[in-house]
Amino acid sequence: MKSAIIQLPGLNRDRDMIAALTKISGKAPITVWQTETELPDVDLVVIPGGFSYGDYLRCGAIAARMPVMQAVAEKARKGVLVMGVCNGFQVLVEMGLLPGALMRNASLKFVCREVKLEVTNASTPFTRGYQQGQIIRCPVAHHDGNYFADAETLKRIEDEGQVAFRYAEGTNPNGSVNDIAGIVSDSGNVLGMMPHPENLIEAAHGGDDGRALFASVLGKAA
Amino acid sequence: MIKARVTVTLKNGVLDPQGKAIEGALDALGFPGVGSVRQGKVFDLELEGSDKAKAESDLSAMCEKLLANTVIEDYTVSVT
Repeated sequence: MKSAIIQLPGLNRDRDMIAALTKISGKAPITVWQTETELPDVDLVVIPGGFSYGDYLRCGAIAARMPVMQAVAEKARKGVLVMGVCNGFQVLVEMGLLPGALMRNASLKFVCREVKLEVTNASTPFTRGYQQGQIIRCPVAHHDGNYFADAETLKRIEDEGQVAFRYAEGTNPNGSVNDIAGIVSDSGNVLGMMPHPENLIEAAHGGDDGRALFASVLGKAA
Repeated sequence: MIKARVTVTLKNGVLDPQGKAIEGALDALGFPGVGSVRQGKVFDLELEGSDKAKAESDLSAMCEKLLANTVIEDYTVSVT
C-alpha cells in the first residue's frame, strides 16, 4: 500500500496525517509539493487540512488551481483513492471532484470540538471498517464547513448513497444541509470530509474511532 | 489600459450567514427596516490593451475559472 500526501503553503494538519498514515500502514506517505506536475505511483492520495493560501478568495480555491491538483484529478479519474480532510475537502469541491460547496459556518464562529458522526454509507472504500449506521466520535476544527448543494444535487447525492458521514445526535457544528459531514464522488473513490479522523487513532488521542477509516482505505490496496 | 470591475454575489437561495449577521448589526445600530443584506465581493482589475470586447470575454473566463465559485455564486463584469 503506497500513499502520497499533498503539501501546500498554509496547511497545518499534514504532519498529523503523515503520522496517522505511517502508524496504520507501517509506511510513511510520499510527500508531494504543490508545484509538482506528476504524482508517484500510489494507491491513495491525501489532501490534508489547514489553511492553504490563508483561505484567500475562498477556502481551497487557490490550492485547487495549483499544478499538482491536475495530477490529483487525473489519479481520481483513473480510480485511485483520493481523500481530502477539512481544507482538503474544500479543495476537492473547488476542483469539482466532489459536488457542492463549503460555506462559512452558520454560527460565523470557528468551531473546534468533538462531534458525533453517523456512518451513513459503510460500503465505500473509506468506510468499510465501520458498521452501517455506526455512531463514532471525531474532532472538528474549521470556520467554513457548512456544506451546501442545490436541491437537485442534494437529491442526487442522497439517492446515490454518496453521503458517507452525517453529524449525529444534534452535533451539527456548522449548519451543513442534511447534517452532511462527508461525501464520496459518484464513482466512490474520492472522499471529502470536514472532521479529522487522523486526530483520533490511538489511546493517547483519547480514542481511536478514526482508525477504522484508515484501516479501510489502507487495507483495500494492501 | 482597461479598467474593469467584477462583482461576485451569492446566488438566490444560498444562505448567507454573514449577510444575516450584518443585518442584525444594522438593526442594533438603529437602522430598522433593512429587509435583507447579502454580502458579496468586488474585484477591480487593470487590463493591458484597449479591446473591450476581448477584455469582457477574458474577464468572464477569469470568473468561471477562479474569481467566482459558480456552484454558489453569480458574477457580473463591467468594463470602463
